Amino acid sequence: MKSKLEKLKGTCIGIAGCGGLGSNCAMALARAGVGTLVVADFDTVALENLDRQYYFREQVGQKKVLALKENIARVNPAVDVQVHDVRLGPDEVVQIFKNCQVIIEAFDRADMKLMIIETVTERFPEKFIIAGSGLAGYGENNALRTRRLGNLFICGDETSEVSPELPPLAPRVGVVAALQANQALEIVMDDLAPASGDDVWDE
Amino acid sequence: MKINLNNNEVSMAGESFSVRELLNLMHFSFPMIVIKINGRLVKKEEYERVFIGDGDNVEAIHLISGG
Repeated sequence: MKSKLEKLKGTCIGIAGCGGLGSNCAMALARAGVGTLVVADFDTVALENLDRQYYFREQVGQKKVLALKENIARVNPAVDVQVHDVRLGPDEVVQIFKNCQVIIEAFDRADMKLMIIETVTERFPEKFIIAGSGLAGYGENNALRTRRLGNLFICGDETSEVSPELPPLAPRVGVVAALQANQALEIVMDDLAPASGDDVWDE
Repeated sequence: MKINLNNNEVSMAGESFSVRELLNLMHFSFPMIVIKINGRLVKKEEYERVFIGDGDNVEAIHLISGG
């Protein structure tokens, strides 16, 4: 176990989006001891983000990537946090995450989720991508799960969509963020082999 | 023809369908879906020109907003 934890120090993980999924996932990976985190987001911290995102009241108005870097430094200053204050498109994804072994999809919008899955699958077929899909509301603990399809992992219940009636709340968002972080650790610590050719569901 | 769709065998009348036609037939109405045919990801812009035939293994995963 010690040598596997040691492996984390030499690992670079990318996080696309620093909202509910990204900020909580980044903190979990930082606490576990991942050496390098590459985080990207264009947004600033708002008061209403504090219901689920890993920021504090005095950080309202700050850029999320800078606030997150500060929070990680307060917990584990050994982590090299590389920040990108940018709106991600395919070109930025390729440029920013090219040195990461694993990429965490932590966007809010479904079209952005598809964009990064398509981009990573096409441009970095050897890299793993861990996406979040379906985390709104509360309860239904056991609906939250992880499925693997090739080099793509999907964490969440794959059904509950965010709406005014079904907002994202801290517990379920936190569970999915932790599932993503946990999956990233397994990939790195157990040296999971990238899939090639025909892939099938592995549940 | 018969295809394997999300681990279920599905019989369909016809020889082949585009990805777009299959999505319509199966009432997959979510706007954002990851489609893989025999392990290869089909991009959204390819849905009209990529065809599914007998024996193909098709996976369709809905992408749900929220994060």
